[in-house]
Amino acid sequence: MSLLTVRDLTVEFTGPKGTARAVDGLSFTVDEGRTLGIVGESGSGKSVTSLAIMGLHDRARVTGSIDVAGTEVVGAGREEIRALRGRRVAMIFQDPLSSLHPHYRVGEQIAEARRLHFGASRRAAHKHAVQLLADVGIPDPGERAGDYPHQFSGGMRQRVMIAMALACEPDLLIADEPTTALDVTVQAQILELIATIQRERGLAVLMITHDLGVVARVADDVLVMYAGRAVERADVDALFAEPRHPYTRGLLGSLPRLTGPAGELTPIAGTPPSPLTPAAGCPFHPRCPDRIATCETVRPDLEGTSHQAACHLTATKKVTP
Amino acid sequence: MTPLLKLDGLTKTFHTRRGAVRAVDGLDLEVRAGETLGLVGESGCGKSTTGRMLVRLLDPTAGRITFDGQDITGLSQRRMRSLRHDLQIIFQDPFSSLNPRHTVGSIVAAPLRAQGEEAPRHLVQEMLELVGLGAEHIDRYPHEFSGGQAQRIGIARALVSRPRLVVADEPVSALDVSIQAQIANLLARLQRQLDLAYVFIAHDLAVVRHVCARVAVMYLGRIVEIGARDVIYGSPAHPYTRALLSAIPLPDPAAERARERIVLRGDPPSPADPPAGCAFHPRCFKAAARCRTERPRLTEVNGRRVACHFPELSPFELAPPA
Repeated sequence: MSLLTVRDLTVEFTGPKGTARAVDGLSFTVDEGRTLGIVGESGSGKSVTSLAIMGLHDRARVTGSIDVAGTEVVGAGREEIRALRGRRVAMIFQDPLSSLHPHYRVGEQIAEARRLHFGASRRAAHKHAVQLLADVGIPDPGERAGDYPHQFSGGMRQRVMIAMALACEPDLLIADEPTTALDVTVQAQILELIATIQRERGLAVLMITHDLGVVARVADDVLVMYAGRAVERADVDALFAEPRHPYTRGLLGSLPRLTGPAGELTPIAGTPPSPLTPAAGCPFHPRCPDRIATCETVRPDLEGTSHQAACHLTATKKVTP
Repeated sequence: MTPLLKLDGLTKTFHTRRGAVRAVDGLDLEVRAGETLGLVGESGCGKSTTGRMLVRLLDPTAGRITFDGQDITGLSQRRMRSLRHDLQIIFQDPFSSLNPRHTVGSIVAAPLRAQGEEAPRHLVQEMLELVGLGAEHIDRYPHEFSGGQAQRIGIARALVSRPRLVVADEPVSALDVSIQAQIANLLARLQRQLDLAYVFIAHDLAVVRHVCARVAVMYLGRIVEIGARDVIYGSPAHPYTRALLSAIPLPDPAAERARERIVLRGDPPSPADPPAGCAFHPRCFKAAARCRTERPRLTEVNGRRVACHFPELSPFELAPPA
């Protein structure tokens, strides 16, 4: 059953230089107990999407529909969104310090949500917080609950944030580049922790990342974004085994690797587009090695059933994927 | 042949409110002319501090830096100036290292002007073309460029004086994947074309593999393993090198499911409070009593040098073959 259904989501920001469409007609679903990886480069709209799901866009124009476990987020009132945010959806960010209050003990911060949303007593909420700290692998959780965020290392802080995210037993966990700021040996620990939590609690996870390696490790399904649009969607094996969109193929080709030939990489030509000056037709056509005339004028939509790509060439089978 | 660059017991101690922090701890290293050496490790391992000492942006606390046979450790900034010709650095963040009020032409010519030399316009334009920009970009300002293009400007500036050694400090890690590949290829091409030597500092071992012929792995201010690329990636002997390689997610779901990972416990230790004996022992899966008391020295083992009492000699596979 799908826990999150996003339909035709568009997010626009208006500034002095004009209106930028950061997300443009995005649709996808995440099922219970599954992990969807959203992958894209900077400016692809992946983080804007996650903030929209959390109802965190104050100044943007958000249209379309975001259904979280039966509740519509787009157009919802403050109270509704607060209830949803605490209870059904939780989010962890790249920088845990941005979501932890520097002046409160971490135990109190974790307990607060529990008291707020569950009406738990101070004592029960504290006990629960200590249990959560133990669950996420913090040594001496009883003692560490009394420490302040700055007393934790980067990896431990990310664990604290995960504990806080779990405090209200959410159904959906949004992880926005949760390991990007961490060293690779610590990243491995946190990815393992997220996978364990998901298995044990049956969470749906939305993993937002620029790292195709992280996607390959944790995701069941993958959505590739480019210039605010979904350009490919498939289960993780199909995406890596037979990428259908030229952008996905380009990304995989430009990745430095630990195995295989160690010579030159195959970069994607050109630079990522600006949302202020979107290309006509397919947003990727200015950088696409396979473009045809249609690509310059007609915007392709996702086509296909289980493995979808938004590409005129794939659709017309002019390129064998 | 004398090495182009030689480090002997290079050490840097920072004095902080919480006491002395030894960021680099007695580093010995050689770089030959035209060679690419990767310096890899996690945050706090001392790789960037080392890079900054090499180009004398930081003064070492102890040890010696020899460049082309000349001891440059105690050289005054004045005397260093003539060496800047030969010794340049590329930084991670292209924008913060480019003066926003200067034109591209003025930025690229700066290393020559600093030495009172002329930087004719056509030479600067040639440099821009060499790094894949256009001659017409010479009168523009940094903000008019994308991150990848800005890094190209930084590279042009580093190369305008035709240096023999370039320290590249995380030159591609702030860039998107599709752009990162462009810059990595550019650096590799320039190395061949101009016969440069690189000290390529990076936390990303995959990028280093595509650019460097030799690799040194650092942990807490020291080199724990150093050798030819294929040796380090194909049969790493230090448990830390193995753990590091095994922690990196591979862009291959089948391999990810099948592989056995070495997941290290805990965080990298703080250089302010280094463990006794082998600095890696608290996180090491092979640690024995000896490791807690006796610091291992870099020793030749099967074609590379490794600082470990119990180097791994068993075969190493990143992922089982499909």
